[in-house]
Amino acid sequence: MPMDPSEIERLIEARFPDARIDVQDLAGDGDHYAVRVESQAFKGKSRVQQHQMIYDALGGRMGGVLHALALTTVTPPD
Amino acid sequence: MSEATVHEAIKKTIEGNDVVLFMKGTAKFPQCGFSAQVAQILNHLGVPFKDINVLEDQSIREGIKTYANWPTIPQLYVKGEFIGGADIVREMFQAGELHHLIHEKGIPHTNHG
Repeated sequence: MPMDPSEIERLIEARFPDARIDVQDLAGDGDHYAVRVESQAFKGKSRVQQHQMIYDALGGRMGGVLHALALTTVTPPD
Repeated sequence: MSEATVHEAIKKTIEGNDVVLFMKGTAKFPQCGFSAQVAQILNHLGVPFKDINVLEDQSIREGIKTYANWPTIPQLYVKGEFIGGADIVREMFQAGELHHLIHEKGIPHTNHG
């Protein structure tokens, strides 16, 4: 089931107001996304923790309606 | 099977094998692009790993998600520790970190880069 890219952005932004978010619809089918998130909130967290934070912000959609989401998390340089 | 029983079985598997990949399909016949990618990376490094096909066991398929608080498959474990899913494994591989980790944990592998 497809999900709107602006919805992905909105959910992440709601949790991480400082985040720079880039959502790419890879196949143009609303079902295969690449998302890059840059936020201070990732500072000092492991990659696994950073991804868990995003999955958490997406409220359980990951693995459900969102099957194909390639995620990159970045901590902004000081 | 209760969730606790499934978690116990998962724990036993990842502690009894140096490298375990929970995936859709098998190492020889992956049935999902993300799973295939991680298997390919491990093969490239020459790391022997135990493949667990979650498609064959619904209780493992669901249980592995709550075990690591990680909503997707594949999931890679090294020496009992959750390393990541497809994105993280690819990132680590590209940065040379995965090879470093394998080496550091003393896991036999044939490609020494």
